[in-house]
Amino acid sequence: METILEIKNLKTHFFTKAGLIKAVDDISFKIKKGEIVGLVGESGSGKSITGFSIIGLIDAPGRIVSGSINFKNEPLLNASSNRMQSLRGNRLAMIFQDPMMTLNPVLRIDTQMIETIKAHDKNISNQEAFRRCRDTLGLVGISSPEERMKAYPHQFSGGMRQRVCIAIAMLNKPDLIIADEPTTALDVTIQGQVIYEMQELCKKTGTALLWITHDLAVVAGIASKICVMYAGRIVEQGSVDDIINKPMHPYTIGLIKSVPSQNKRGEPLHQIEGMVPSMLELPIGCAFHDRCTETIEKCKIEKPIETNQSDSRVIRCFNFKDIRK
Amino acid sequence: MLNTDSNSKNINVFMYKFWSDFSESKVAVISLLILIAIVLIAIFAPLISPSDPYDLSKVSIMDSRLPPMAKNFAGDIFILGTDGAGRDMLSAIFYGLRVSLGVGVMSAIFALIIGTIFGISAAFFGGKYETFIMRIVDIQLSFPSILMALIILAAFGKGIEKTIIALVLVQWAYYARTARAAALVERSKEYVEAAQCLALGNKKIMFNHILPNCMPSLIVVGTLQTAHAISLEATLSFLGLGLPITEPSLGLLIGNGFQYMHTGDFWISIFPGVALLITIVSINLVGDQLRDMYNPRLKK
Amino acid sequence: MTAFILRRSTQSIIVLFIMSLLVFSGVNLVGDPVEMLINPEADQAEVERVIKELGLDKPITEQYWYFLMNAFKGDLGTSFIFGEPALKLIVQRMPATIELALFSLFISLIFAIPLGIYAGLKPESKISKTIMAGSILGFSMPTFWVGILFIMFFAVYLGWLPSTGRGEIGSFLGVKSSLFTLDGLSHIFLPALNLALFKLSSVIRLTRAGTREIIHQDYIKFARAKGVAESRVINVHLLKNILIPIVTIIGLEFGSLIAFSTVTETVFAWPGMGKLIIDSIYNLDRPVIVAYLMIIVIFFVFLNLLVDILYTLLDPRVRIQGSN
Repeated sequence: METILEIKNLKTHFFTKAGLIKAVDDISFKIKKGEIVGLVGESGSGKSITGFSIIGLIDAPGRIVSGSINFKNEPLLNASSNRMQSLRGNRLAMIFQDPMMTLNPVLRIDTQMIETIKAHDKNISNQEAFRRCRDTLGLVGISSPEERMKAYPHQFSGGMRQRVCIAIAMLNKPDLIIADEPTTALDVTIQGQVIYEMQELCKKTGTALLWITHDLAVVAGIASKICVMYAGRIVEQGSVDDIINKPMHPYTIGLIKSVPSQNKRGEPLHQIEGMVPSMLELPIGCAFHDRCTETIEKCKIEKPIETNQSDSRVIRCFNFKDIRK
Repeated sequence: MLNTDSNSKNINVFMYKFWSDFSESKVAVISLLILIAIVLIAIFAPLISPSDPYDLSKVSIMDSRLPPMAKNFAGDIFILGTDGAGRDMLSAIFYGLRVSLGVGVMSAIFALIIGTIFGISAAFFGGKYETFIMRIVDIQLSFPSILMALIILAAFGKGIEKTIIALVLVQWAYYARTARAAALVERSKEYVEAAQCLALGNKKIMFNHILPNCMPSLIVVGTLQTAHAISLEATLSFLGLGLPITEPSLGLLIGNGFQYMHTGDFWISIFPGVALLITIVSINLVGDQLRDMYNPRLKK
Repeated sequence: MTAFILRRSTQSIIVLFIMSLLVFSGVNLVGDPVEMLINPEADQAEVERVIKELGLDKPITEQYWYFLMNAFKGDLGTSFIFGEPALKLIVQRMPATIELALFSLFISLIFAIPLGIYAGLKPESKISKTIMAGSILGFSMPTFWVGILFIMFFAVYLGWLPSTGRGEIGSFLGVKSSLFTLDGLSHIFLPALNLALFKLSSVIRLTRAGTREIIHQDYIKFARAKGVAESRVINVHLLKNILIPIVTIIGLEFGSLIAFSTVTETVFAWPGMGKLIIDSIYNLDRPVIVAYLMIIVIFFVFLNLLVDILYTLLDPRVRIQGSN
C-alpha cells in the first residue's frame, strides 16, 4: 500500500525567553493510504505541534530544526510557501480542536467554504463551488444544507460547527486529514456520532486520517495504528491490537490501565504516579524514568533510542517486558 | 497594626521594582529626564531667565523682532530672538513653561480628586447613584473635550481661574470612569467584604483600602491627561479664549507670534511651539511606558 | 431592534433638552452683551430700546421659553453682530466645515488603516517602530501648532500651497464642493491634513492593537490551513474583524473632527462654522453661540445614536440572535 506520509526524525523546537522547549524531539512514523493512525499523548506531549509541523504552520518562536517530512514522496520541509499553500486545504487538510474559535465569526459559512475551493481552483464557477459545498455538508450529516450555508458560525451548535469544519477539510478530497482533538470540545453524545461519521467518511473516500488525541479510548475504536507520545517523543507505536491488548512500554501500560472502563467497579482508579515534567526542565536520561516502574540505572543517564520489534512495532525503552516471549 | 519598619521596606521594594520595570524602555527614561529638566526650568524660571520679559521697564520696542542670536544696541544677546514687543524669547518661553505646566498640572490634580471621589463612590454604592453618575460621565465623554471647553469658556469668559475650572470640568469624567472601573474590580475582592464585616466606616474602606489599589490606573490616566490638559490649554490660549495676556502660556505666545509668520519672523511662534511639543511628547512617552507596565494583558 | 432605537432616541431627546437648558442659562446668565453692543455714549432711552428689542428685559425663564418656542420654529435668534438669523449664518457655513471634516476623515482612514495593519503584523520591524513613534508625535502635537508648521513650511517657505481660505467650488452630480476643482483641492489639502493628523495617530494605534490581537486567533490559522492565500487572509478575514471597532470609532472621530475644525479653520482662515463660533465667542455674539452649540449638540447626539445602530448592524453576532 502506498505511503502517504513519512516522518523521519522530526524535531520542532521553541526558542522562548524562558528557555528552549523541545516540543517535538525526534519522532518518526508512517501513514499509508486510507489508514487511520492515532497519535496519543497527554497535554504538552507535543502531539498538536506534530500536526502543525506537518502542515507547516509553526509560529515563532518555534521552528522545525531537523528531520524530514515526506508527503507522497515530496519533501515538505524545504518546500516553498507557495507550494505549501497549494497543498493545504487541498491534498493535506487539518481540523482544529475548538470549533467555536476556528470559524471566522463575521463571515458566512458559504463564504468560508467556497474560498477553500476557489483557493485551489480559480476557474471553477460560483454555482459549481456552491453545489460541491452543499453536497459535502450533506455528506457530514447536516440537514437542509442550502439554508444552513447562508448562516453565520454563531448560529450553529458546537457539534454542527465541527461537522462544518470536517466538511471543509473534505471539500477538495485530500489524501490526508490531520484532526487535532476534533471531538474533545464536544458533548459526549455528539462525540460518538462524529467519530463514527469520520470513520465512515474515510472508508468511503479513501482518505488517510491522523487522529491526534489524549483520549486513548476514542482512538482505539477507529485507528488501525497507534503512536504513543510522551514529552516530545514517540515511546511506542504499533497496530491498535498490539498497543491495546499487548502494550510493552511502561507508559503505555500505565495509560491503558488508567482508562476507567478497564476497572472493575469499586476498585480504585489506576494512576501513573508523579506528574508530567515541565518541558523546560526535562530530566537527563529518559523523560519518563522518575514515574516508571521498570527503571534501571541506564534509564537515568541515557535517553532510550527506538528499537524495531517487528515490521510495525517500535519501542523506545531500555527495560520493557517483551510479553510475546 | 503594621509596623513602620516593614512599611518602609515595602516602599523600598516597590520603588526598586518600579524603577527596574520602568527603565526597560530607554525612551521612557530619557523622556523622564527631559521632563524633570522642564519642571526645574519652570520652577526656577525667574532665576535662570536672561531677563524678565514682563518687566515693562526693561523691555524696549526698539528690540522687537530681532532674529535668534541677534544683538541689540546695548550688546545684549537674544539667544532665541525677540517678539513683537521686544521681549526676549528664551525668557518668555521659560515663564510660559511655568504657566503652561502650572495650569495643566493643577487642573489635572483637581480633576483627579473630583473624578476619583465620584468614581470610587459610584462603584462602592452602586444602584441609582452609580447609574446617574456614570450616565453623566458617558454623555460628557461622548463630546470632544475642545467643545466642552469652548462651551464653558463661552459662558464664563476668560481668565486663569476660569480656564482651570473649564479644564477640570472637561477632564474629571476620564478620571471618574477609570476610578470606577478599577474600584469595581477591587470591590469584588475579598478584603472589602472582610473590611465590611469588621464594620469599618464606608469612607475608611473606600479611601484606605480601595483607593490605593486604584492608584496605578489613575496614575497612568493622570499622566496622559496632564499632557492632554496642557495641549488643550495651549489651544484655547492660542484661540484667544484661555489665559489672559498678563499670564502668557506657551499657547498664547504661539498665538501672538502667528501674525508674524507670513513675514518670515518664524521664531516668535516656532520656538514656544517646540518647547510645548517637547513637554507634551515627554509626558506622553512616560505615560505610555507606565501604561504598558500596568497593562495585565501585555504580561507574558 | 426597534425597541432599542426608540429607547435610545428618547434618551437622546432628554439629553438635548438638558443641554439646551445648560447652554442657554450658561450663556445668558454670565456676561453682559448690552455693554458690548450699545454705544457707550448712547443715552438711557437708547439703551432701554435695545434691551426691549432684544427681549433682555424679560425674566430669564420667559426668555428660555421663547427660546425653545422659536427653536422649534427654526428660529434660533438673530446675530448681534451680523443682524442675520443665527441659524442662517451657521447653515451657510456648514458645507465648508463638513467638506473639510469629510476629506480629513478620508485622508486619515486611507493612511491609518494600512499603516496600522502593517505595524500590527510586523511589530518588531524598523518601519513599524517608526510608525508608532510617528503616531505618538502626531498625537502629542496640538493641532494648531501643526497647522502653523504646515503654513510656515508649505506656504511661506516652499510656496507650494496657499495658506488661507477656501478654493473654487465645483459641482459633481449636483453636489457643490471645493473638492471638485484643482484650485479647491490645493486650498483644502493643508487644513485637511492638519485636521487628519491627530486622528491618524489614534486610528493607527487602534488598528495596530486590533491586528495584533486578531492575527493570533484560531480562525486566522484555520484560514491558512485551508490554503487560503495570505493576501486574502489579511484583506478579508483580518480586515472584516478589525473594521468593527474602527467603524464605531469613525463615528466619534467625525464628531471630534467637526469640533477640532474650530482650531484648523481659525489657523487657515477657512470659512466654516468653526471660525464663526470662535469669532462669536470673542464678540459675545450670544445668539450665534447658542445656535451653534445647539446645532452641535443635536449633531452629536444624533451621531452617537447612529454609531450605536451601526455597531449592531455590523457585528452579525449582535444582529442575529443565535439559534442556541
